[in-house]
Amino acid sequence: MSCEPWQCAEIASTKKANPIQKPEIAVAMIKKAQRPLLIVGSNVTERWMEGKQAIEYIIDLANASKIPVVATAHMVGEFIKRGYTPAAFWNAMEISQRVGDPTWMGLDGKGHPDLVIYVGMPYYMEALILAGLKHFAPDLKTMTIDNMYHVHASWSFPNASLEEWAANLKVMTSKFSGGN
Amino acid sequence: MTSKNVHVKIDEMKTNAGLIKNLELSIGKVINDNYTEPMGPTPMPSVTALRDWDMKLLTKYKPFYMPDCDSCCLCTFGKCDLTAGKRGACGLDIGAQSSRIVMIACAIGSACHTAHSRHLVHHLIEKYGRRYPLDVGGLNVKVEAPVSRLVTGIKPETLGDLDDILTYTEEQITQILATAHTGQEANNLDFESKAFHIGMVDHVGMEVGDIAQISTLGYPKADPEAPLVKLGIGSVDRTKPVIMCIGHNVVPSVGIIDYAKDTKVDDKIEVVGLCCTSHDMTRYYTRARIVGPISWELRFIRAGLADVVVLDEQCIRTDVAEEAAKTNTPVIAASEKNCVGFKNRTNDSTDAIVEDLVSGKVKGVLVLDPEKVGEVAVRVAQAVAPIRKRKNVLPTAEEVVAIAKTCTQCKQCQRNCPQDYFIPAAMKAAAAGDLSKLTDLYEVCIGCGRCEQACPQKIAIHSLIVKAGEKSMECEDNLCRSGRGAVSDVEIRNVGSPIVLGEIPGIVAIVGCSNYPKGGKDVYDIAREFASRRYIVVLSGCSAMSAGSYRNSEGKTLYEEFPGGFEAGGVSNVGSCVANSHIAGAAIKVANIFAKRPLRGNYEEIADYIHNRLGAVGLAWGAYSQKAAAIGAGFWRLGVPVVVGPHGSKYRRMLLGRKEDPTNWEVLDARTGETVNVGPTPEHLFNVAETKEECIVQIAKLCMRPNDTWKGRAGKLSHYIDLHKRYLGVMPNDIHLYIRTMADVPITMKDEIGKILEANNWKETIIPDPTLLPRMVRKMK
Repeated sequence: MSCEPWQCAEIASTKKANPIQKPEIAVAMIKKAQRPLLIVGSNVTERWMEGKQAIEYIIDLANASKIPVVATAHMVGEFIKRGYTPAAFWNAMEISQRVGDPTWMGLDGKGHPDLVIYVGMPYYMEALILAGLKHFAPDLKTMTIDNMYHVHASWSFPNASLEEWAANLKVMTSKFSGGN
Repeated sequence: MTSKNVHVKIDEMKTNAGLIKNLELSIGKVINDNYTEPMGPTPMPSVTALRDWDMKLLTKYKPFYMPDCDSCCLCTFGKCDLTAGKRGACGLDIGAQSSRIVMIACAIGSACHTAHSRHLVHHLIEKYGRRYPLDVGGLNVKVEAPVSRLVTGIKPETLGDLDDILTYTEEQITQILATAHTGQEANNLDFESKAFHIGMVDHVGMEVGDIAQISTLGYPKADPEAPLVKLGIGSVDRTKPVIMCIGHNVVPSVGIIDYAKDTKVDDKIEVVGLCCTSHDMTRYYTRARIVGPISWELRFIRAGLADVVVLDEQCIRTDVAEEAAKTNTPVIAASEKNCVGFKNRTNDSTDAIVEDLVSGKVKGVLVLDPEKVGEVAVRVAQAVAPIRKRKNVLPTAEEVVAIAKTCTQCKQCQRNCPQDYFIPAAMKAAAAGDLSKLTDLYEVCIGCGRCEQACPQKIAIHSLIVKAGEKSMECEDNLCRSGRGAVSDVEIRNVGSPIVLGEIPGIVAIVGCSNYPKGGKDVYDIAREFASRRYIVVLSGCSAMSAGSYRNSEGKTLYEEFPGGFEAGGVSNVGSCVANSHIAGAAIKVANIFAKRPLRGNYEEIADYIHNRLGAVGLAWGAYSQKAAAIGAGFWRLGVPVVVGPHGSKYRRMLLGRKEDPTNWEVLDARTGETVNVGPTPEHLFNVAETKEECIVQIAKLCMRPNDTWKGRAGKLSHYIDLHKRYLGVMPNDIHLYIRTMADVPITMKDEIGKILEANNWKETIIPDPTLLPRMVRKMK
């Protein structure tokens, strides 16, 4: 698993994401956050692992972790079709602009998220959004749980195969479900 | 308006009145101004003349920056790390740097269009004279150059007048580029204002180029029934020599077509084009063929289709010469902007050039005389075709399998694919004899060839994809409506009222390039969705080609299924890139012709009108270029929202409204001067849609305007809600923000929406006569 940008030309970064070497570390960081938010993009219905779409793994994780989910693009309908209702649905830029604004009080109006987790957007688009947050919301912690290293996040998994990604997501889900 | 340069010098003249010696008289311009409309406040606006207007928009739609690069490397102070608040050696921060990059991109795009137009105007003046009259639509088009009139205050009547307008655009481009220098502009919003300025200038430059060519070259003139022309590789008669023109500037293509006609071989050769040159070729000569959008270059060259490739300018792959050499296809470079390293043979004899190209002594030549290009291209194509015998570099199906077996599944191809396509999986299947996944890739691949560049095994992956899609490619025989040019004044009168009142739910302008996230079918689907709902759909450039490349269940292309007028349910193609100005022009003409707002030099008022009343949205689903950025910027300054596909995020800056902030949506009621909250109409000025489904919903929402009548708003809301439910699977969660009175609620949804309004503590408000300009208030309370 390498810590190079998945799309090879996305190299221009002086401040690089800390790699998440084990899914347990991601779980620990999420548990430590008071107000985490999971933003889920359109590629979760494009990626298949072990005969299931990535969205199925994300639903399992969201159910186990109780992290509020924001669906971008047309994913809200895809979640609902599968019996999971996300906390909100937004355009990717709209929600990212808000999480980058420290005065925004979150989906419930009770406080700004202290950890924003991204997964499943087109790689280049997610990379740019994370770059925007890195520069303009330097106090916000960002994480990606994709199988592609995102240099502009605070924390990112290294590049990994779809099988490894599925395994990571399952471990994360199990840890939130009370597994060891 | 006419202008002349007069210089008289008399060394000595004896007359009855006396002796004149050493008299020298210079007159810069003799102006004969027939434009009787009084001049507005901002003719030929300087860089800051419309800054206040820009700041109104930028207060409403705040930049959301996504820097592609943490550092700045534009001067030798650098590289400077600008991460998270650090300033560079010059003092600039990342916000200003990001907006500076946006502005530079827009300036490049604007320079490109203006330089194109400058070449056209020079060439056409040389050929037809400065006094050649402009005619873009006969008696149906009295407002022949709405953008130029609005911005410069000039009403151009002749080719020579266009020369004067270009002098203005060229100066502005220079001024704007100067501000990008180290130690000039410091503020991000001022850079944004300058990006808007150069976008406005871009539309002037484009308009000049298109009305020059429409007037002189016999193009369709504001014609809703412009002819249907052949589109697609399958439409090309490959038993004939094929000349393929690539680029945007039609002048060399005209040379080719004229020579072929003059020598009576026009029915014995095929003249085809890629990208906007092909639009303009078919506007000039309906037997020309559009083979496809710009990013299809590699597939057509490698398939061996062309016997000669002629390059003019803009959006041309810079490795065309190398690619063409692989299929023994001679190349003629015909523009000073793109010399390709070839020897300039403009002054050589035609016979010598033809002989060198046919014999293969040289792979390509630079010829800057369009008439000579015409003769050389036709003669070379005729001579080369029998020798080349359609040589291509595509492998056989058996070879595809064998080559695929050399793939090591390193994934470098996928990691370098802009779309992150699963190329390794397709290679694996191909190695096992199943080419279906490669065929699927053919349908969505944009043809950039980055996969090949990355492959450590040096596999020509794109050629494998093209081979797998060869059968599909040969079936590409569709129809595109030839570029109609301007929207006529009559059409504007017919639709002005229903558009402004909201009864036509919107104008959807689908423009730009072919960097699509999932192939061109999305463009067809989006256009068809809105045309079916009786929006006005206008297309241009590569998007117009992609929209024509698919058929409905009855076998009809979009242009056969829907009428070509600027009307509810119409699908029109205005033409090439420079014809995009007619879309802005149509919006301006609604304000001028329908609403009788003064046009001349009156930018701010017209933009205020368009922003608050005209439900128009631009979509550049596959935008990739700096030109597309400039076109977008021109629409931003007019207050027209623009949506881009996911790759448009690489423009690195969005302009987003905050719908939950009521102060963001205040306008003045021009009747009373009262401040009224009109809701997020339109919500954004520039935004990305991640998927086709989201894009369709976003467009419907962005068509709402403060001025909509209750009937118009109810119709627009019906579409928004219906599309939201269909494509996103749920009811929108922001409907209460768009309802001003209960009359706005679609009649069949009263109960459902009533509950939503109650839950959101909704309060009724008024429908104002909206403006952002205090000076437009008629009676201040």
